[in-house]
Amino acid sequence: MEILLFAAAALRISVPYALAAQGSTFSERGGVINIGLEGIMLNGALAYVLGAWVSHSPWGGLLAALIAGLLTAALHAFITITLRADQITSGLGINLLAAGLTRFVLHAVFHSSSNSEQVVGFDAFQIPLLTHVPALGTVIGSPLVVLALVLVAIAQAVMFGSVFGLRLRTAGEHPQAAATLGLSVERLRWSGVLISGLFAGLAGAWLASEQHSFTDGMTGGRGYIAIAAMIVGKWSPRGAALACLLFGAAEALQITLQGSKFPPELLQMLPYVVTMLALAGFIGRATPPRALGVPYDREHA
Amino acid sequence: MSRPRASGTRSAPRHARAPRAALLEGLAPLAALAIAFAAGALFILAIGEDPLAIYALMLHETLGTGYGLGQTLFKATPLIFTGLAVAFGFRSGLFNIGAEGQLYLGAFAAALVGAAWPAGPMPVLLPLAILAAASAGAAWGAIPGFLKARFGAHEVINTIMMNFIAFALVSFIGRGLFEPATVRTAEIAPGAQLARLSDWFPALRGAPVNLSLLLGLLCAAAAQVLLFRSRFGYELRAVGLNAPAAEYGGVRLGRAQTIAMAISGAIAGLGGTNFVLGYKHFFELGFPGGVGFLGIAVALVGRNRPLGVVIAAVVFGALSHGGLVINQRVPKELVDILEAIVILSAIAVQQIVARIARRLD
Repeated sequence: MEILLFAAAALRISVPYALAAQGSTFSERGGVINIGLEGIMLNGALAYVLGAWVSHSPWGGLLAALIAGLLTAALHAFITITLRADQITSGLGINLLAAGLTRFVLHAVFHSSSNSEQVVGFDAFQIPLLTHVPALGTVIGSPLVVLALVLVAIAQAVMFGSVFGLRLRTAGEHPQAAATLGLSVERLRWSGVLISGLFAGLAGAWLASEQHSFTDGMTGGRGYIAIAAMIVGKWSPRGAALACLLFGAAEALQITLQGSKFPPELLQMLPYVVTMLALAGFIGRATPPRALGVPYDREHA
Repeated sequence: MSRPRASGTRSAPRHARAPRAALLEGLAPLAALAIAFAAGALFILAIGEDPLAIYALMLHETLGTGYGLGQTLFKATPLIFTGLAVAFGFRSGLFNIGAEGQLYLGAFAAALVGAAWPAGPMPVLLPLAILAAASAGAAWGAIPGFLKARFGAHEVINTIMMNFIAFALVSFIGRGLFEPATVRTAEIAPGAQLARLSDWFPALRGAPVNLSLLLGLLCAAAAQVLLFRSRFGYELRAVGLNAPAAEYGGVRLGRAQTIAMAISGAIAGLGGTNFVLGYKHFFELGFPGGVGFLGIAVALVGRNRPLGVVIAAVVFGALSHGGLVINQRVPKELVDILEAIVILSAIAVQQIVARIARRLD
């Protein structure tokens, strides 16, 4: 029982990481670093609350979150792909923008500096038998958990089994080759970044729907963990999802060990240390796409 | 971002257009600020206030009074350090996003050393506390520098990871050290405290701006000399412009990168003195964050030059304090939005200006 509860908690915690990380594989495989995941998630979370608050439906919230994710990602794409400005700086700028913007809106709409009003979330499916297993039923039955699992499978298939995936990866590995084949590198990269925006927006919606409200800075660095997971997962959707499960388990373990003598900080450090080890080549070789971070300039290629 | 051109025949007009292109590029940061304030005006209008009145209030309360100026300089102080740290990295071809964690550790180390010897005489204790801040930051910067040099691991990701590790590490070490039932360290000894500038300039009374500002200006001067007047600085800038060429020219690339990150980290770590040695006189968990990331904005607007960084830090310091003075009429978060738009438009404008400059070529 104990172990089932732990597994359920780990799965639940890793869902937003996994969603955001799925998206970032598309952005990065296309050649665009997206450090702005944190900000996109934050905007997505607030948009979920606003959408659900106005429409009284979680689906309205979800739609708003997807739109917010898409728009925030479009800003990143415009600055980095169309204008060819520095990708890391743009991502950090987007994180700062989202932090300020969400607080400003929180003030202006809910007259609070810390949290929004309560809104509706997604109800769990009622699955016969499973529903009566404590914790597990609500986790497996949660529509967004099911959706996340399905999306990982789809993302993996699209990335490595579809024409679009192949082309996207070419744009990130060797954009000149893609251009020579008559493909638009800009368009491929734009789609990669926009997909990452949809996923990160969805991740934000999940967070807000889980706690039925928006709180200031509620993403709490999850966007960065998602990037870390993507690196540890070697830029593949499935690998990233597995890394997210590992990180989620570490976090669940912190909760389990609460009150014991074991210092939680050591577990907190785990994702970051694992990522640094992976980057240094101690855990297999984590090799980024070759043209990652390099703006593609058609006229000067 | 000038690119080498194939044809040599067009080199003549280069000299002719150089001042015009340079002027354009110099104006780019101002354009970014203008865009940010214009966008900010829309937010102010959206909540039914008058943008001009709000901006006028902001200007008066930050630079128009002694207290406001003192607060502005107090907020600008850590930004000078983090801006310099980022700019120093940029010049050496490294993107140090870890100033946040380096400053955090520097502040923690300064607080521990400052409190370790209650009767310590100032001429000994103060330099030790400052050295502790620099060393902690340097160590935290050197690690990603070394990982880059040795394994080719990207310093951007590693410095981000090290930020989070720094936060966890300080909580972990702090467990046994913090005052009972608090998350702060013991008060530092009088001998480790940096005096407030209002001791000499009564007009600044009430504002916590302190000698850490002077330390920041010294760092800026030192960075200027090191980068632009020394052999090692020349090597670093060569690495920043073209690492393979620099290596071919005899620069030991790995050593240069590790040392550059250590220096960058040391500067960021020194930024911790403002809060710990000059203001609160103790370290507290989660103490004002964000200055590390803002350092990137400061370096961008300051065009990676030490003097530019100092000026940009004062501008951002004024913005930070300006948020508080308008808070009754407009949510202070307006300022966070302005700062973010400055960053985004600075890099966007840079690209546009570079394109125009190329066309003028």
